[in-house]
Amino acid sequence: MAAVQVSEAEKVYILHGIRDDLRVDGRGCEDYRHMEIETDVVSNTDGSAKVTLGHTAVLVGVKAEIGKPRPAVPNEGYLEFFVDCSANATPEFEGRGGEELGTELSNTLYKVFNNKHSVNLKSLCISAGEHCWVLYVDVLLLQCDGNLYDAISIAVKAALFNTKIPQVHISTDDEGGKEIELSDDPYDCMRLNVENVPCIVTMCKVGRRHVVDVTLQEKACSVASLIISVTHKGIVTCVRKVGGGSLDPESIFEMTEAGKRVGKALHAPLMTLLQQEEDLGKARQKVGFLG
Amino acid sequence: MAADMRLPTIRKTVSLSVSAFDRKDLVVPGDVITSDTGFMRGHGTYVDEDKLTASVAGEVQRVDKLICVRPLKTRFNGEVGDVVVGRITEVQQKRWKVETNSRLDSVLLLSSVNLPGGELRRRSAEDELTMREYLQEGDLISAEVQSVFSDGALSLHTRSLKYGKLGQGVLVQLSPSLIKRQKTHFHNLPCGASIILGNNGFVWLYPTPGQQEEEAGGFYTSLEPVSLSDREVISRLRNCLLALAAHKVLLYDTSVLYCYESSLQHQVKDILKPEVMEEIVLLTQQKLLEQEG
Repeated sequence: MAAVQVSEAEKVYILHGIRDDLRVDGRGCEDYRHMEIETDVVSNTDGSAKVTLGHTAVLVGVKAEIGKPRPAVPNEGYLEFFVDCSANATPEFEGRGGEELGTELSNTLYKVFNNKHSVNLKSLCISAGEHCWVLYVDVLLLQCDGNLYDAISIAVKAALFNTKIPQVHISTDDEGGKEIELSDDPYDCMRLNVENVPCIVTMCKVGRRHVVDVTLQEKACSVASLIISVTHKGIVTCVRKVGGGSLDPESIFEMTEAGKRVGKALHAPLMTLLQQEEDLGKARQKVGFLG
Repeated sequence: MAADMRLPTIRKTVSLSVSAFDRKDLVVPGDVITSDTGFMRGHGTYVDEDKLTASVAGEVQRVDKLICVRPLKTRFNGEVGDVVVGRITEVQQKRWKVETNSRLDSVLLLSSVNLPGGELRRRSAEDELTMREYLQEGDLISAEVQSVFSDGALSLHTRSLKYGKLGQGVLVQLSPSLIKRQKTHFHNLPCGASIILGNNGFVWLYPTPGQQEEEAGGFYTSLEPVSLSDREVISRLRNCLLALAAHKVLLYDTSVLYCYESSLQHQVKDILKPEVMEEIVLLTQQKLLEQEG
């Protein structure tokens, strides 16, 4: 990830501040920065969302295509994730520089969604063993200012909420083969239930305390972080440790508990906001990228 | 702690003074400045079919027969005497490379720093080898521009007790065009913190040093924990600076102080919310206009 240089004295200042629960920008250890979420920003996708968390900006697009289901689970569809770190975010991502980070992020997303409950995969089935919906979730990093995992997970949840999958009708044609017809009506579509989609909370260990939503300067003072994905009921679907430093087993337990608490609190405002945006309908003033 | 999530809104500029449309000297790339061929063209302009056209977005400056356009968003173009805050990026043979938000890294020669102890002597080979003990990669310094090389790189010096390595505090990176040129760039604000407004857009906020530390001259960086009240003042100032910069208000000690006072009714972390920012900047601009008029 993009890293900034911090002097020793600045590190000491940041460390002491976090110890006293007053970070450089006045936040407490469990406060998020100002977040702005907008869905339906990319017109040629089935669902999209743009999330700005402080200076981090993430764009997610979801495209639904018809494909063959996996042999092990013939009556389920599946999701494919791809994260692209654009060179817009930082010059380090130029060319193939962002590939490593991109693969790491998409692997984490696969792990987070690798369970039966996050997305109802059975609803993505069209005809068992032959056709199913495949959701290609593409994430584009536009700006990088720390806390990529959280921003990406919120954007994925918002984009999945916004996804409109067309209804299909299966009919048998003259030779006895199956024919798939997509409905012509743009409003005749299926929506996904994203209640159980988890949100990722990154807990960074700085000094002796753990901090949520770190900026790049605070990240330079931390050696290890724990990535926890939490559903709205507080169930943890994936825990991952990143960073070169070591974590005490006790602190892992504390961080997981704190992560569960913070993650649980993220879902309710997000769903209210998404519902509010949906209810505005045509009256909503689209801001897009020119705000 | 509920996360603050909201739908994005189109930001409106908060401006009490004359609106941008009325000012005749603001141009964007492609705007024709004049069709008169008697003028010499300076930076930021080019001649297109005998018409002088702007190539950057900014304000037009005319000095006798020379017309140039000074852009709003630009890298720092240093002049002799400017006070800068910079970060050491490299330690080389007899000099340090300093990042100052200009087109090229600035240079701090070993002969331009005050050696610890304040002695005036020839720099020996030993001094060269112990350079890293004094200034390392990542350290922050305050310095003054001594001269400008022919390629545009700045040569800095810290030959006064008020310059040198910076200790604990917060760095805010802003655009250089927002910093007002003043007699002094080091201020001890009455609210309880000190500020260095570097001409290159880097602003350094730090707790006001006690009496005995002022004599050390910047070589001894105290790693004692800063008190919570000082910390709050510094965080508030940092957020106020970001709010002023977001609304393109010129930064100098008075404007920063007025903004600080206007923000006292809000919590420190709320200052960065868009509506609170607008309110605070509006109050600051009103106060500044009252003070002028």
